[in-house]
Formats: sequence, structure tokens, C-alpha cells
Amino acid sequence: MKLSNIFLAGALALGTGGAWADCAFENTVPLKSLTAGFEAWKAATSAMAECGNFEAELDQEFRTKQPAAFAAEPSLYHIGGVSNGTFNPLYNAGTIRPLDDLVAKHGQHLEPNQLIKINGQTWAIAMMVNAQHLMFRKDILADLGIDPPTSYDEVLAAAEAIREAGVVDYPLGGTYMTGWNLGNEFINNYLGFGGEFFDENNHPSINNEHGMATLELMAALSENMDPEFLQSDSTYVQQQFQQGKIAMANLWASRAGNVVDPNESQVVGLVEMDSAPVGPVRPHAALWWDGIVIAKNITDEEADAAFRVAMEGIDTEMVMANNAAAIWLIDGYEPGPLSAGAAATAANGAVPYPASPALGLMHNALGTGLSDFLTGAKDAAATLIDIEAAYVTAAKEAGLIN
Amino acid sequence: MKFRVFATFVGPSLLLMFIFIAAPLAAVFWQSFHVTQPVYTTVVAETCTPGFINQICTTESRIQLELDEDGIPIRTTEFVGLQTYRSVLELDRFWAAVKDFSWSKLMVIDFWKALRFTLTFTLVTLPLVIGVGLLIALAVNSAAKTVRGQIIFVSLLPFIITPVIGALSIRWLFVGDGILTAFLEWVIERDIAMLGHAWTIELLMLFYRVWHVAPFAFVVFYAGLQTVNNDTVESAVIDGANRIERLRYVVIPHLMPLIVFVSLIHLMDAYRVFEEIVGFRSQGYVISLQWLTYDFLTPDETGNRAVSSASASAMLTMVGIVIILVPLLRKTWRDHRAGLN
Repeated sequence: MKLSNIFLAGALALGTGGAWADCAFENTVPLKSLTAGFEAWKAATSAMAECGNFEAELDQEFRTKQPAAFAAEPSLYHIGGVSNGTFNPLYNAGTIRPLDDLVAKHGQHLEPNQLIKINGQTWAIAMMVNAQHLMFRKDILADLGIDPPTSYDEVLAAAEAIREAGVVDYPLGGTYMTGWNLGNEFINNYLGFGGEFFDENNHPSINNEHGMATLELMAALSENMDPEFLQSDSTYVQQQFQQGKIAMANLWASRAGNVVDPNESQVVGLVEMDSAPVGPVRPHAALWWDGIVIAKNITDEEADAAFRVAMEGIDTEMVMANNAAAIWLIDGYEPGPLSAGAAATAANGAVPYPASPALGLMHNALGTGLSDFLTGAKDAAATLIDIEAAYVTAAKEAGLIN
Repeated sequence: MKFRVFATFVGPSLLLMFIFIAAPLAAVFWQSFHVTQPVYTTVVAETCTPGFINQICTTESRIQLELDEDGIPIRTTEFVGLQTYRSVLELDRFWAAVKDFSWSKLMVIDFWKALRFTLTFTLVTLPLVIGVGLLIALAVNSAAKTVRGQIIFVSLLPFIITPVIGALSIRWLFVGDGILTAFLEWVIERDIAMLGHAWTIELLMLFYRVWHVAPFAFVVFYAGLQTVNNDTVESAVIDGANRIERLRYVVIPHLMPLIVFVSLIHLMDAYRVFEEIVGFRSQGYVISLQWLTYDFLTPDETGNRAVSSASASAMLTMVGIVIILVPLLRKTWRDHRAGLN
């Protein structure tokens, strides 16, 4: 995922042009931001740059830099882009500042939904939501007389029919690349079965019937994918869609725009966005948000300027110029067919990604521990035991459990 | 030379070696025996995050770091002895697998899996790099003088390419329906997934490393070939030695010190195999010791990183390199002693 995303970010940086009006004020304080590099951040930081004296760093590896950079005195960046997970290390280390005063001063237009609050204090301003949801080729399903699948049983049945019809190379695509992506797939599926990751003392609790069901499901799905699925990240799945090689995938909403982009896709108008397949308890997907935080170790004057610039970056004008780039939470966003999948996933009861230091470790253990199961080197029971053991080792070293 | 003069010349480089080599090494050694942890507390907090239309607020227990009065997380460091080494080596599972005589059980333990690949990689590429490098050197040496420059330039190209980029470009030839996969599929008329099996990825990685490093061996050997004593070669010809015999009894003994030198460098480099894992995205199938260290050191989604495990893993890698170099170093030492007498 990592390298190709960096290249993708570079390509986007060259590709997207600004088409919105200039900044409402002229910024005189030198400011820097560190965010992820996908299209929505490109749009937001380009709009911030119009205020002047602003330098944006877009880096898909931001999560490895951010905690140390924000802990520096003074902080190396003023504005940070975070999501559910990456918000936690900054908040926990106390390197970001509460934003209530700044919201009162410059952020009256913000929707209440955008304010990320902990115990009533605002710590981040969300700009968009993201979720993995089902995308499928409606032409192929209609030709074969299959109704849009709502559960993974139906997805597997449809995959079987598509395979027999032989209309695409592989019925399914999946973000199963070893590491973060693979761990995230387990978390999505396990949430759908209603599983709990930990007991009250942070000890792991995935070795149960939900864990087994998740592994069985992932193995069954992977049999319908390109055999190179352990190398397949979001960009790869997106390209498989664009080139007409797959018929269905549970892919990120933030990729929907690319999947049907006439400049790069051969399947424009043929892909429908639908809810993530629903499991026994809730959809097999987690809800994510992306937003901005302001560093604590900077002067109040800098923080004030940074917040104003950030607000210019995530304003209505930017959203109107980049409507398809993301599912924006910002006033002025027109939900279209591309956002239908994420909306349906949320409506079906998907929960936010349950970010915590413990889940970070578990996510890692899952990401590296599952590939041995999917290649057939280990059986399901041994896989769950080993992942729990790997988590316990890591959690002991991190000081989460004794 | 007076000691003062000697010290003035050597001092700066000793100082730099201390700062950039000895001190970090000592720090890693120290870290591998200690664990630094923040203090976690669990608090009940109401967290509000964006839903699709309405905000989702939940009251739940939250794991937080305890901060001191300056707002900096409190950290404690304690001596843990060999505990981190034990958890990296996973000795319990190792012995269980050994007792069962089960290779497949051993090969699902990260460290041993990584060690297996690292050793295979190092020991398989070594003779290939030396052999291919020598072959190119001999070929260039017997090529016409007018084209030598061009041939040398072209042969050196793979070595100039940045390792990760080289690995990526080979991967792109084979990934999905890459050019070469499509070609192979057309030739043998069946679907292949080069990056879908451990052994095919491993083959690609071995091929890549030989392709990348052979030019280095070639340059060194080619330089050595220029100093072969022509009188000896001519007398060998007169004595009726054929090409192979001349190579075996004249050229190779002459190049031996260079072969040992290239082997030393290659063993050290190959044991630290890392770029191939990243470039070929092989971590789902095969991993190396160096990649294991990197994986420990990479922060996860919520910022945790296993510094102690990474240090222990790095120390183990260093110990491995030393062990693998011992035979060659002993040979060099013996030759050196023999030369002194």
C-alpha cells in the first residue's frame, strides 16, 4: 500500500487544479500542515494555501511522523490531518489543543456533526466520513439476473454465478494486502458478527465463534479473488474495477470517485454503490472520519491563524469545487449516487472504528498474523491463538497489560 | 610517525565512528535489555464522532496516557534482562516445533521463518553473484577493445539503480497482468500469479538480487583481471593448459583475495535483505530479519512502537552477520599471518 499510495499522492498533486475563489483573508503567519495524501486532503490543503504563507505536506505515511513532530517544542506543524485512529496518539500525548474558543471565534458556521468531542470539549474538526462498502457491476448482475447482494452469503452466491458465467477475471476484489489492510478487513468482518476484541482488562477475546466465522468468511471470499490478493491494496482494487477485471468489492467510499472517473475508468456508469454486506449483528464495515487538529506547542497567535486558514480550507466553496472527492460533512455538499453506499452502510447500523491503543496493537497483530491462515500455512484455530499471543506480547511491551 | 601526528590524523575519524557507530550500537544494546512504557489509565468518557447525518456520542471507557504536570506522558523504564530476546525468538514455540520434528510448525514463527529466508537468500545468491560477476568480467576482458567501454557501462546499469526502485520495477513486470506475466501466460496458455505463491516470489527476489549485485562483483574482478601476470598465462599455454585449466590454476588463485572481499561484502549486504521485501510486497509470504526489525519499529494506527523488540531483533541480526562472516574472516586472518611469516 505504502509506496504506491505515495506515488498516487504525487500524481494527484499534479492532476488536481484549483477552481474555487481566493481566500477571504490574507494570512501573515507562516504555517505548515501534515496530512494524508489522498484526494480530499489535496483539495482541502490547496484551498488553505490560497491564504498565503502556508506549506502543506501530504504524506500517506503521516501517521509515523505525526506523534513525534507534534511533541516537539515548538511543534513542527501547526495543522494536522487525522482520522479516528491517528487522532488518539496525539490526544493521548497531549500535543493537540482544545478548539472550543477558536470554534466560537471563527467556526460559527461549522455543523455540530463536525465537532469531535471528548467529555464535551472539542479536539478536532471533521471534514469527511469514509467507510468501506459494496461496489458492484450492475450490468453483470442484471445480465445474470442476480439481485444486489445484501449479505456475504449472497455475495458468495453471486460470485459463484459470475465465476461460472466467466464474464470477468475474478468475481471479487478485496483490500487484503498483508499489514494494515488485512487487519482492517478482519476488524470489519468481526464487527459484523458482533464480536468484542477485548475483555475489560485489555486481554484479547477474538478466539471465539465470531473469530472463527470471520476467518471462514475471509477464506471463502479470498477464493474468489485474484490469487495475488495478499498484495492487493485499495489502489490495486480500484484499478481492477477500472479495468473491468472484477465485479464486486467492499471498497473505500473515498475511492468511489476514482472507480467511475471517465479519465481513468472503463466502467463509467456501470458500478453501483451499495451498503456493506450486513452481518448477523451489523454491517461488515466501520465508519471513519477525517479532520483537522491544531498543535498545542505553538503560540496562541499561530493557533488562531492556523485555525482560520484551516476553516478556509474546509469551507463550502472548496466542497462545491470538489463535490465528488469525498463524502464531505461540510455545508454545501450535495450527496450523489457515489455517496449512497456509505450512507446505506451507516443507516444499516455500522459503528465507528473502535480506535484505542489496544486496538492499534491488535490491528497490527491481525495484519501480519492472518496471511499464514490465508496461504494455508496455519489452520483457523492456531491462527487465532497465535494472533492473541502476538497481541499479548506486544501489549506487555507497550505496558497495556501486565 | 610521532604519536601526536598520528592522533591528529586518526582522531577525527575515530570521533565520528564513535558518534555514528559505537554510540548508537551501545544505545540499541541497552534498549534491548530495557523496556520503556507509558502509564495507561482507563477513564470513562463521552466521545462524539460524526455519523452520516447525526453525531454518534458514546460513553465508554477510554484508555489514556497519564501525563505529568507539564502535559508530557509519564514513562517508566525498567531492566527486563533477556525477556525481550525470549519474546522475539519465541523459544517455547521453537522447542515445541523442534520436539515434534515439524518444519511447518517452525515456519509459522516469525523469527525462524525470517531466519530461514535470510539464510537461503544469502547463501543462494553468494555463489551466483560471484559466478555471474566472474563470467561477465571474463567476457568483457576478451571482448574487442573498441566495444569494452560500452559493454562495461551497460553491465553496470543494474548496480546504479536504487534497490527499492529496481525491486519495484521487476515487480511491476509481473504483478497482475504485467507485461511478463501476460507473455508467460500466452506462452504456456494458463493463468499464472507470480506474486501469489511464496516460491515464485522468492525466485523473483533471488533473481533480482543477483541481477542487482553481479555488476559490483564484475567491476572488482575485471580490475583484478588486468593484473594477471601474462607470462604465467603464456607459460601455461605452452604447457598445454586449456582455457578451463588456465582459469582454474592461474586466474582464480590470482583473484582469490578479491573473491573473498566480494564475498564478505555480499554476505553482510545480503543478510540485511530488506528492499526486496518492501519492493515485492512479500511480507504475506516471506519475511527477512531486517524486515522484522522494521516491522517492530513501525508505529501502528495508534502510535505504539515496539522499540525493545526492534532493538533485540537488530542485535540478533548483528550476531547473525558476525557468525556468518567468521569462516571468511578466519581465512583472511590465516592468509595475513602466513604473509607475515
